Amino acid sequence: MGMTQALGRWLLNGFTITGEISLLTADIFRALMRYGLRWRLFLEQVYFVGIRSQFVILTTGAFTGAVFAVQVHFQFVRLGMESAVGPTVSVAMCRELGPVLCCLLLAGRVGAAMAAEISSMKITEQIDALRSLGVYPVEYLIVPRFMAMLISAPVLTALALGMGIGCGYLAAVPLLGVDGAYYWENTIKFTETSDVMIALCKGTIFGIVIAIISCHKGLNPQPGTAGVGKTTTEAVVNSSLAILVVNFFLTFILNSLFLGN
Amino acid sequence: MGDLLTITGLKKSLGATEVLKGINMHVAAGENVVVMGRSGGGKSVLLRHIMGLMKPDEGSVHFKDVELQELSEEALNPYRRHIGMLFQNGALFDSMTVEQNLAFPLRERGETGEEEMKERVGEALEIVDLPGQNKKLPSELSGGMKKRVALARAAIGRPELMLYDEPTTGLDPVVADSINRLIIRLGDRLNMASIVVTHDMASAYMIADRIYYLHEGQFYFEGTPNEIQQCDDPLVSKFVNGISDQKDAVL
Repeated sequence: MGMTQALGRWLLNGFTITGEISLLTADIFRALMRYGLRWRLFLEQVYFVGIRSQFVILTTGAFTGAVFAVQVHFQFVRLGMESAVGPTVSVAMCRELGPVLCCLLLAGRVGAAMAAEISSMKITEQIDALRSLGVYPVEYLIVPRFMAMLISAPVLTALALGMGIGCGYLAAVPLLGVDGAYYWENTIKFTETSDVMIALCKGTIFGIVIAIISCHKGLNPQPGTAGVGKTTTEAVVNSSLAILVVNFFLTFILNSLFLGN
Repeated sequence: MGDLLTITGLKKSLGATEVLKGINMHVAAGENVVVMGRSGGGKSVLLRHIMGLMKPDEGSVHFKDVELQELSEEALNPYRRHIGMLFQNGALFDSMTVEQNLAFPLRERGETGEEEMKERVGEALEIVDLPGQNKKLPSELSGGMKKRVALARAAIGRPELMLYDEPTTGLDPVVADSINRLIIRLGDRLNMASIVVTHDMASAYMIADRIYYLHEGQFYFEGTPNEIQQCDDPLVSKFVNGISDQKDAVL
């Protein structure tokens, strides 16, 4: 196969997947409007996505904040800017580190589980069984997962950045001897509501990205048992890459929206 | 008696392969029809068209005078509730217990109270000879038990037409015989028509009022179990008696 053919095939594949994902997204909203939400399934998913992910997200937030505070302190101390460690950690956690790292972890934990479960159901004909029993699979399987991610991702992001800022303080003040009063005062002074809003918006959008990419992969698995493994891997990799790419564009959009940059 | 199901000129290609090349078929209410044919010959594809899980390239599937292929996925749902399907591997929901699997179709319809639902589940498990297995997960069941539970789930809504996709494949002869008897018993008890896809001749003779033999995407033979046994067409006879030639071995 020549380069042109390969490029053509790659582009065509890209357009097809983009189209499928757009249709799935529209279908999710249509199914939600038409059938409403299955509360039991939704709460099960909130438990799995939101509650069961807390440990990994809190740990990630804690150590990211702590390590970042230590690194920033090592640099700032040379410039006599120790009191700027707090706001630097806080703003970085809110704008970038909190939402991106939290959602990358969610892509690994929740996206993988969604893709694996749905693709297993597909290859064992359980989704066809749902259809044959008169149940619309998008309404039954996808909508509760999507809504659970929509609700849980920003909450988990908020937890991650709160934990990160708190642990940044613990690393900088008791451990490295930065003045605690200045640390907090500057953190509060230079961290604005808009920074927190940026974090929550990013968390929400990344949650949507993970849910849609993982569910789309699950509904279109590669054949066979090995296919479930490949599908799951692809869901995690694609979700993670999408988060990084979307983050770049979101940074411009949200900065201009909330900070007027 | 009017036909419950009529299929006319059904054609379907999967990729470059034309799997069904113009199927014509009819099933009357309460009738047991068996579709036989070689593996990979399109029998399951035919069942999936009847259930509306696939759309034909050409032709029509009429169920009770409604053209199923014209309906959207969601518009099909009310009709699907009149048709039950036993999938080849059961397709039980593996995160649910036996009881939850059986109650699922009733719960989705929302027409049954909790008490009646429990009664219906218990009754269904009695019919398939699995009383007291309510709390087991599908992973705790044997192949034959899974098929029975799947059969009970498909039939619990009392459909007018049941589709069985190779119900005895992978089962030992004793369990296979019990499944065949169960299919007949269910049909009689609930007055359901059935279409059974199989290549098990013993099952076909036991169940069928009428047999269709599918060959190269078309029905090559249609007749009663007696007629197919007496048929001297070499192709039919070879299939019925399980005789292969060198060409088949290569395939």
